[in-house]
Amino acid sequence: MLLHPLTWSFGLMRHVITLLVENEFGVLARIAGLFSGRGFNIESLGVSETLDPTASAMTIVTRGDDQIIEQVMKQLNKLVSVIKVVDLIDKDFVEREMVLVKVAANPETRAEILRVAEIFRGKVIDVGSKTYTIEVTGDEKKINALLALLKPLGIKELVRTGRVAMIRGSKTSTEPS
Amino acid sequence: MKKTGSQIIVECLKKEGVDTLFNYPGGAVLPLFDELQHAPFRQLLVRHEQAAVHAADGYARATGKVGVAVVTSGPGATNTVTGIATAFMDSIPIIILTGQVPTLLIGNDAFQEVDIIGITRPCTKHNYLVKEVNDLGRILKEAFYLARSGRPGPILVDLPKDVLVDSTEFKYPEKVFIRSYQPTYEGHPGQIQRAVKLIVKSKRPVLYTGGGIISSNASKELTLLAERLGIPVTMTLMGLGGFPGNHPLSLGMLGMHGTYRANMAVMESDLLIAIGSRFDDRVTGKIESFAPQATVIHIDIDPTSISKSVRVDLPIVGDCKRVLSKILSLLEEEEIDSFKEGLNKWRHQIEKWKALHNMDYQQGEKIKPQYVIEKIYELTKGDAIITTEVGQNQMWAAQYYQFIKPRTLLTSGGLGTMGYGFPAAIGAQAAFPNKLVIDISGDGSFQMNSQELATAVQYQLPIKVAILNNGYLGMVRQWQEFFYGKRYASSCLEGISPDFVKLAEAYGAVGLKATKPEEVVPTLKKAFSISKPVIIDFVIDPEENVYPMVPAGEPLNQMRLV
Repeated sequence: MLLHPLTWSFGLMRHVITLLVENEFGVLARIAGLFSGRGFNIESLGVSETLDPTASAMTIVTRGDDQIIEQVMKQLNKLVSVIKVVDLIDKDFVEREMVLVKVAANPETRAEILRVAEIFRGKVIDVGSKTYTIEVTGDEKKINALLALLKPLGIKELVRTGRVAMIRGSKTSTEPS
Repeated sequence: MKKTGSQIIVECLKKEGVDTLFNYPGGAVLPLFDELQHAPFRQLLVRHEQAAVHAADGYARATGKVGVAVVTSGPGATNTVTGIATAFMDSIPIIILTGQVPTLLIGNDAFQEVDIIGITRPCTKHNYLVKEVNDLGRILKEAFYLARSGRPGPILVDLPKDVLVDSTEFKYPEKVFIRSYQPTYEGHPGQIQRAVKLIVKSKRPVLYTGGGIISSNASKELTLLAERLGIPVTMTLMGLGGFPGNHPLSLGMLGMHGTYRANMAVMESDLLIAIGSRFDDRVTGKIESFAPQATVIHIDIDPTSISKSVRVDLPIVGDCKRVLSKILSLLEEEEIDSFKEGLNKWRHQIEKWKALHNMDYQQGEKIKPQYVIEKIYELTKGDAIITTEVGQNQMWAAQYYQFIKPRTLLTSGGLGTMGYGFPAAIGAQAAFPNKLVIDISGDGSFQMNSQELATAVQYQLPIKVAILNNGYLGMVRQWQEFFYGKRYASSCLEGISPDFVKLAEAYGAVGLKATKPEEVVPTLKKAFSISKPVIIDFVIDPEENVYPMVPAGEPLNQMRLV
């Protein structure tokens, strides 16, 4: 049985895929439609403009076995609006996401919340009489660890951005090669 | 000089070599139709937009050119979806121009407005909404390029009414470049060399060929390869005609209703050379048991088809014609005479399978549908263009008419669309006014687009429709007989179908009927001699079944033969 740090369950690897796509009307709908139409799973999706205003960069996190991922990559490449697709699984890469967490804050727990935020290099961006809102940026493991610590204190609301990722070093994953 | 959007469209169509359009007008496209009035294209007005798309599709399959359909917004556009999905599943190059409400009204729930771009995203190769007239020329050029290149497919262009009317300085774009679309045509030389080595070492090879041979116009190369090496060839439904069906090396069609010897050969082969085919579930049967002893070479222009369901040992992404040519030239350097000799034992085994079970049926008092197809083949000497509907009629046509040349069988393989055959025949007849075009139909399928009799009569298209009339939705009834204890739920049309002879005459066509086997040949001869559209109602044996049959999910060698 394969147990890899990136696996969610046995045999199913989590893949972070970056795409360079034409910045045109309907491209996001095309990509999302491809995933839903073929039964592929989107765990997370982020998209924004790049240095080239006619192209956008997308980061998609998906899960599947080798055969499914091979199909996902090929089907994405086949779309006319997709310029380049890179699966970061074999590459050295950095990934980040941001989370905003609203935590219940009473006199006993206030100090603990501030301590946790400091340890995770987060910022308190909102203070109320009953709640604090904390902003933290990091990779998936760091965010999950933060949330695990805050949960017993009482999380009232939680919003996460999609993951963005980039290859380490001087090569680029999203600019056209 | 300044041109309106409508004028730009006409000029672009001219430049792309379009000579025929299949149309249905409406409010949103009035400006375009006004311009088309004086345009140098032959234009056929259909009676339902679905038929416009099927006709453009039939035209494209018969000629190899891009078919074009022009319809209006809203319901006109939604009526094209079945036709578009049909072309998408079979990789047919067509352009669908749909009208749209003016740009300022888009998203406002306007009269006859639909988000056809959203609706057809999953079933077009690509689609475009033209937001301003300055983009129109580039978009049309890209649309035609995408439709016909790489793996062909349907392209939809949505045209808001104000774009048709606005004008701009127009110069026809001479070049097209899409940075995100670069199909691979030349196969990897290393892979091709490896393939040749595998081929000359094989003992029981089979060539498994599909629609890609026909799209790529690679029949000649395929025939040369098969003959040079003496390798038997089987064809999918979409590949019929890509290799001559009456050739000694032909195994016939394979798959769910394929021939006994084709299915056995695939299951016993040690090398499966797949060219322009995609291992569809109708062909493979139970995937885990498919071709268990075979090394698989797969030549296809679309990388997504390779290793999608069946693991491929040697993939070659490229255009069939070019890859086959390279293989042929590499074979010059190999010792092939002894290889060809060495296959005698394999070819002999195939002859034994053929002797064990070949396509046959029992004659009887009622007309047998297989007999009708055989006689059509004999009388036409395999020289007609055959379109089919879907179901039993389609399978009998595929089994009993030997397709010798490419682009002579026009059938909805991937989607299996009833109502496809008659409008497709209209498209084919419009392309080849002097050829004999025959639609093999069923009493169920024909009623899906029977209104197109008006189109056939209006444009004097002498199509012959052979309705294999069994009073049932035949293929459904067959499955209900085999798997649902003969519970014929909603599949019986006995006594509620129209009198097809009267229906034909009501439209101004000719109607003929045959009820006895000895009437078949004289009726066919009469129909072929009339230069008008003819409907022939062949009253056939109602519970005749299609054999062989591999039940869904069974291995290919578990065929029901009787």
